[in-house]
Amino acid sequence: MTRKHLNFSPAPQKKASVAMKNIASLMITRLILYTATLAVLYPLFWDLLSSFKTNKEFLANPWSLPAGFHFQNYINAFTNARLGDYFLNSVWVVVFSLSLLLVCIIPISYVLARFRFPFSRLIRNIFMACIFIYPTYIIVPLFLTMAGLNMLDNRFWLSLVYAVLQFPFAIFLLSGYMKTIPPEFEEAAMMDGASYFTILRKVIVPLTKPGIITVSILAVLSFWNEYPLALTLITTDSKKTIPIGLVNLYEVQRYATDWGALFAALVLVLIPTALIYIAGQKRLTQGMIVGGLKG
Amino acid sequence: MGKTNKGLFITICTLPALILLIIFLIIPTIQVFSMSFYNVTGISKTADFAGLENYRYMLGDSDFLVALKNTLLLMVIVPVCTLTLSLLFAFLLTQGKIRGKNFYRTIFFFPSILSFVVVAILWSFIYHPTMGIINSLLEMVNLGFLARPWLGDSKTVLGAVALTLIWQAAGYYMVMYIAGIDGISPELYEVATIDGANAFHKFVSVTVPLLWEIIRVTIVLAVSGAINLSFVIVSVMTNGGPGTSSSVLLQYMYRQGFENSNFGYAMSIAVVTLVLGVLLSYLANKLTGQDTLNG
Repeated sequence: MTRKHLNFSPAPQKKASVAMKNIASLMITRLILYTATLAVLYPLFWDLLSSFKTNKEFLANPWSLPAGFHFQNYINAFTNARLGDYFLNSVWVVVFSLSLLLVCIIPISYVLARFRFPFSRLIRNIFMACIFIYPTYIIVPLFLTMAGLNMLDNRFWLSLVYAVLQFPFAIFLLSGYMKTIPPEFEEAAMMDGASYFTILRKVIVPLTKPGIITVSILAVLSFWNEYPLALTLITTDSKKTIPIGLVNLYEVQRYATDWGALFAALVLVLIPTALIYIAGQKRLTQGMIVGGLKG
Repeated sequence: MGKTNKGLFITICTLPALILLIIFLIIPTIQVFSMSFYNVTGISKTADFAGLENYRYMLGDSDFLVALKNTLLLMVIVPVCTLTLSLLFAFLLTQGKIRGKNFYRTIFFFPSILSFVVVAILWSFIYHPTMGIINSLLEMVNLGFLARPWLGDSKTVLGAVALTLIWQAAGYYMVMYIAGIDGISPELYEVATIDGANAFHKFVSVTVPLLWEIIRVTIVLAVSGAINLSFVIVSVMTNGGPGTSSSVLLQYMYRQGFENSNFGYAMSIAVVTLVLGVLLSYLANKLTGQDTLNG
């Protein structure tokens, strides 16, 4: 780029052409945004459309609309592919993981945010450092550890592992939130003779509700979507979670060519994610950004 | 009451989370490194010390070298394309004249919260030779000769995987950049406008320099994201195929670990992957840090 370009010289006599230019650039911007929106939305929309198509329609033209609402695909997904069982397993695992996560992290986040005690800095640093450990790296030793403890092929222990892997980030987020709460509330409760446990339950938990909700939304999404650990730690088909069920279905349909059920299954898995997104979009986006920038 | 009570409270709050973290995260992480120096195979308890033998074996393992090459390619291409797109869209959406900014932000962010399994299955249908939308789109615009089985062709499979990863992540970084741009004082843009700067000038001389710190963080995130996410995407979409042409390091590690039971060797691959990720992040950080000093 030359020097001339960097000198933003005003050109008043060219007002009309500047206006034209603005309109042109606005049009280009719009065009780019529309294209991108289409590129993001169309695959999802296509999935929805395809979930109502019959097998014959798939082979005809991928762009055509389904002739009617072929709900049989959804019924097939539940009956032949036993999607309902996988769905329930996932709900079960999400509920357990989330309960374990919250029970463990609310107390420690509070203590790390408010108290100084021997090794408190060390403990905080250990948790922070663990944010950078991705589960995939430790999957082999984790598998061997759990095999040694007889914890394989068990939905409860899978939930526990899910919860523990969320500890570092969740504690980081929640103790950061707790630090912003003025200590006067606790001091007042202390004067009234409340014990530490009472203060935690009756004062801190209600005050940190927004932080707890953010942590919960992020955790639920990651539990719902998790694939590698569920694949490795669960072997019995009836205990598998929905991502594993989807991949199994995908492998089978490749040869059986009952595509409709697979598309229906994909839609069914997307629905909870979309609902969570609609309900908690602001918190979720903020939480993920904070996680990225500071984690 | 008093001291002992407080000590007890802190202990009860801290210990459960800490013990669980040590068992399920810290010990496995240490084992990743220690196991990489041993010949551990199967569930057999015998493990003989192998020194650097696992690492030496890698150099002659052509499958490993292919996975390494593919991972390196993805580590560079995916972050560069993703972040460029994210930055471009963040800039377009914050230029004030765009209606529906929140709509676009909501839409573009959505893919980044989807399950990777859903993304992988959906895109393998988009690339499907007969019923996929890409090939039929090409035929529609008379470019049918370009149509091919995108995931079945060793020349295009890695690009197809890269595109999927970009589609998944671009919105996430875009929202991060928008948050950063919203923090830039609008006066700076006004001054640039008065000076006659066009959109491109504003982008280069105001947006990019002021976002530089955020950009550096996102580079590190995108590099480690490419390594980790490619594992699930490749495992589901292609399982490394055709042949080994789309295999990546963590997916090869998983195969060595759980298909061949070469746990020791798998862990040495994990260590190399980890070192590679840290090294490239460090390198990117150094390079971008230098630029700001000169610029």
